[in-house]
Amino acid sequence: MNARQPIETEVLVIGGGNAALCAAMTAREAGARVLLLECAPRDFRGGNSRHTRNLRYLHRSGNAYLTGPYLEDEFFSDLMRVTEGRTNEQLALLTIRESAEIGEWMQSRGCRFQPPLSGTLHLARTNAHFLGGGKALMNAYYATAEKLGVDIRYEAEVRDLEIHDGTFVSAAVSSGGFTGKVKAKAVVAASGGFQANIEWLKEYWGEIADNFIVRGTPYDTGRMLRVLLDNGARAVGDPRQCHAVAIDARAPKFDGGIVTRLDCVPFGIVVNNQARRFYDEGEDFWPKRYAIWGRLVAGQPEQTATAIVDAKSIRLFMPSVFPAIEAVTIPDLAVKLKLDPDALRETVTAFNRATRTGDFDPSKLDGCHTVHLDPPKSHWARPLDTPPYYAYPLRPGITFTYLGVTVNEHAQLMLQDGRPSANIFAAGEIMAGNILGRGYMAGFGLTIGTVFGRIAGREAARHALQ
Amino acid sequence: MLSSDLLKEAERVMTICNACRYCEGYCAVYPAMELRRTFADKDLKYLANLCHNCRACYYACQYAPPHEFDVNVARVFADLRLECYREFARPALLAGMFRRNGLAVGILTAAALVTVFLLLGIFQDSPVIFAAHSGANAFYRVIPYPLFILPFSVLVVCLSAVLLWSNISFWRKTGGKLGELLDPRANLQAIGDALRLKYLDGGGHGCNYPDERFSMLRRYFHHLVFYGFILCLASTTVAAAYHHFLQWPAPYPYLSWPVLLGTAGGLALLAGTAGLLILKKKMDPLPGAPRARGMDVGFLVLLFFTSFSGLLLLALRATPAMGILLAVHLAVVAALFVAMPYGKFVHALYRFVALVRNARERSRQ
Ligand SMILES: Cc1cc2nc3c(=O)[nH]c(=O)nc-3n(C[C@H](O)[C@H](O)[C@H](O)COP(=O)(O)OP(=O)(O)OC[C@H]3O[C@@H](n4cnc5c(N)ncnc54)[C@H](O)[C@@H]3O)c2cc1C
Ligand code: SF4
Ligand code: SF4
Repeated sequence: MNARQPIETEVLVIGGGNAALCAAMTAREAGARVLLLECAPRDFRGGNSRHTRNLRYLHRSGNAYLTGPYLEDEFFSDLMRVTEGRTNEQLALLTIRESAEIGEWMQSRGCRFQPPLSGTLHLARTNAHFLGGGKALMNAYYATAEKLGVDIRYEAEVRDLEIHDGTFVSAAVSSGGFTGKVKAKAVVAASGGFQANIEWLKEYWGEIADNFIVRGTPYDTGRMLRVLLDNGARAVGDPRQCHAVAIDARAPKFDGGIVTRLDCVPFGIVVNNQARRFYDEGEDFWPKRYAIWGRLVAGQPEQTATAIVDAKSIRLFMPSVFPAIEAVTIPDLAVKLKLDPDALRETVTAFNRATRTGDFDPSKLDGCHTVHLDPPKSHWARPLDTPPYYAYPLRPGITFTYLGVTVNEHAQLMLQDGRPSANIFAAGEIMAGNILGRGYMAGFGLTIGTVFGRIAGREAARHALQ
Repeated sequence: MLSSDLLKEAERVMTICNACRYCEGYCAVYPAMELRRTFADKDLKYLANLCHNCRACYYACQYAPPHEFDVNVARVFADLRLECYREFARPALLAGMFRRNGLAVGILTAAALVTVFLLLGIFQDSPVIFAAHSGANAFYRVIPYPLFILPFSVLVVCLSAVLLWSNISFWRKTGGKLGELLDPRANLQAIGDALRLKYLDGGGHGCNYPDERFSMLRRYFHHLVFYGFILCLASTTVAAAYHHFLQWPAPYPYLSWPVLLGTAGGLALLAGTAGLLILKKKMDPLPGAPRARGMDVGFLVLLFFTSFSGLLLLALRATPAMGILLAVHLAVVAALFVAMPYGKFVHALYRFVALVRNARERSRQ
C-alpha cells in the first residue's frame, strides 16, 4: 500500500476479528470485491475474538455439542435480565432469531465445535464451544476468507475516514510506514471497542484507569469509533461503563486472556489493602457474579485486593496460572502480601467467628452463611482455619466497553439527525451497546458480531453491487 | 536446553494450559493434564510421550510465540521426548547414540554394509557371488544358512531384551508398578488407540501438519509405514515357519504368502516413508524439536532403504545381481535392528506405555 495510488475496492472491512471476518466472507460470497484491513500483525490477528471459547445461539434441540434446546423466550428473558431492559428490543429479537442458523453457517466456514470445556459446564446447554478456542476459529475463518478471495492485509491501520454528509468516500490507511488511501463503495466498521485505550478510559474513570489491566488485544483502541462519532454517528451505550472482572494482578498489561481469571472468590474472603473485607463473596454462583468484581476492586484504594482461601478449598476451583502466595499462618501471609498482619488477623478472626457449621456444598446455594457480619458472606462461608493459607492478588481486568455507534436492523450506521448512512455499516463490539446496554451474557458478544457481521456484509455488498 | 530447564519449561507451559484448557478436545494430553494441579517430572515425561506432535494446540494457542507467555506445548514435549529417549536408552552407555542420531544411524549402516561384504569376501568365492542362482536354497548358496540365521537370531533376542529393558525403566521412572503395566484392559485399550492412531486425527479433522492447515496425510502415511512394517514382519515369520516346519527354504514363488506379504508391506513402507519424508521437508519447524530432525530422517531413510533393497532383491533374484543385493539387504536390515532401540523407533514403545497409563487413569475416573 503506498501513497501514490489509492486502492479501490467494492467493500472495505475495517478490523480483523469475528465481526470483520463474518462480514468479509458474506460480502465476498455475495459477489463483491472485498478488502479487509487488520491493524495487528498476522501473529496477533483476530482481536479479542482470538481469546474467546464459545458462543450462544438459538437451537430447537440439543446436538453433539449442546445438551438441550435453547429457545427464543428463554434467550430473550435471559437478555432482559442481564441488561435490566437496557436493550433495543427490536435489534435484540433480530439477533436472537438470526442466531438460529449460525451454528451450521459457522461450521460450513471451517468452525469446529466440541462438547463444553471442563471449566464451563454450566454453559453446556446454551453455548457451543470451539475446538481449540477462539484463535482456532479465527484461523479457520481467515483460511476460508482467503480461499473465497478476500484481500487481507495485516499491519494495516485505518487512521481516518473521509465521510461526506454521512456517506463514506475513502479511508486513510497506514501500513508499513506508508500512508495510503482506500476508496470503496461501502465500508463495514468492525474494529471492536476502545477498551485498550487507557487514555480514553481515563476520560471517564480518571487516573485509576492506569491500574486497569486489559484482558484482550492491545489493538482495540477505538480509533474508528471516535472517527465515526466525530463524523456524525449517533452514540449508544453508557461511555462510563465497561465489562470488568477481577483477575490476577500479576497478569500482563494486555492480552493475558482467559488464563488470568480467578475462580476462588466464593470459597474464601477478599480483602483490600487495608486488610478489610468489602463485599459479600458468596452472594451467588461465581459465573453470575464474577463480572461485578472488576468494578468492586476498581473501587478499592490503589485498585487492588487479595483473595484468600485455606487448604480446605484449594482444590475447589480451576487452577490458577500464577502460583498462590502461601503461608502457614495468617500473619505470615499478611507479611508476604505487604498487608498489616494485625489487621488481617482481626478480619479473619471476625469472619471465622461469624461462620456457622452448615451443609457446605459448592454445587448449590448452600446454607453456610455468616451471622452479624458486615459485609456478610451469604453462602459457602467456612472459617479460614486450615493451613496453609493461599492468597491471590487481584486487579480489575477490563474485557470490553459499552460505548458504540447506533445501527438499524440493516446494520446501517445511524446518524445524529436520525437518517441511516447509505454506505457505512457496523458490526461487533463497536455496535454491541445497541443490544447489550449493560451486563453481559457469556458467549453473546460473538453472537452479536456474527449476526450483525453477516447482515453488514450482505447489505454492504448489496449497496456496492447496485 | 538442559534437562532440568526443559522440565521447568514444560511445567510452566502445562500450568498455563491447565488454567486455559481450550485445547482439551484435541488429544489425550489435555484431559490427562486436567487430572493434575501440579506437574512432577514423572507426570511431564508421561504427558510428553502421550503427545503425537499433531500441532493442533500450537496453531490454536492465543499464547503461542511471539506472545509473551510463549506457549509451545508441541515443541517442549518434542524436546522432552528426545530427553526421555536418551534417559531410558539401555544399556545407558549407548544413550550417546541419540546425540547426533542421523549421523550415528548412517555410520551404523555403513559399518553393517562393510561387515557383511567383508564376511562375504572372506567366506565366499566371487564366482558364486556373481552367478545367477535358482531353485530351492538359492539364497543360501551365496550366504550359507548358519551365517544367515545365527547373527539374526542373536540380534532379535538382544533387540527384544533391550527394548523391554528401556520400556520397563520408563514405566517405573514415570511412577508405575511393574504389575500395572500388564493390566489387560488398559493394554487392550492402548492397542486399540495405537492401531487406529486415534489421536493423530486431532479431534476428527487430522493434524496441522506439515503446516497450519488440517490434514489427514500424516496419519495416512504413518498408517502405511506401520502396517507396512507389520506386513514385512509377518512375511519373515511365515518364511521362517515354512523353513523350519515345512522344510521349505527360500526363495518362494511370487504367489506365496511370504512374497505377497513382503511385497505389499514393502510397497506400503516405500510410499509411507517417502510421504513422511516429503511432509517433513515442508513442515513448519516452530512446533517441533529441531534437534530431533536427524533422528526422524535417519529412521525414515533406513526404513525406506530396507524395503527398497528388499523389493529390488525380489525383482532381480534370478539374475547375477542377486548375491550383492542380498548382502546389501541383509546389511540394511541388520543396521535397522541394531539402530532400533537407539532411534526414532522407540517413540512407539514409550507412546504405547503412555497410552496404557492413560487408559488406567481414565478407567479410575
Ligand atoms: C478473555 C476474553 C474472553 C472472551 N470470551 C468470550 C466468549 O467465550 N464468547 C463471546 O461471545 N465473547 C467473549 N469475549 C468477548 C468477545 O471477545 C467480543 O465480544 C468479540 O470478540 C468482539 O468481536 P469484534 O470482531 O467486534 O472485535 P475484535 O475481535 O476485538 O476485533 C477487532 C479488530 O479490529 C482491529 N482494529 C481495531 N482498530 C483498527 C483500525 N483502526 N484499523 C484496522 N483494524 C483495527 C483489531 O486489531 C481487531 O482485529 C471475550 C473477551 C475476552 C477479552
Ligand atoms: S496450548 Fe494454548 S490454547 Fe491450548 S490449552 Fe494451552 S494455553 Fe490454552
Ligand atoms: S501437539 Fe497435538 S498431541 Fe501434542 S499436546 Fe498438542 S494437541 Fe496434543
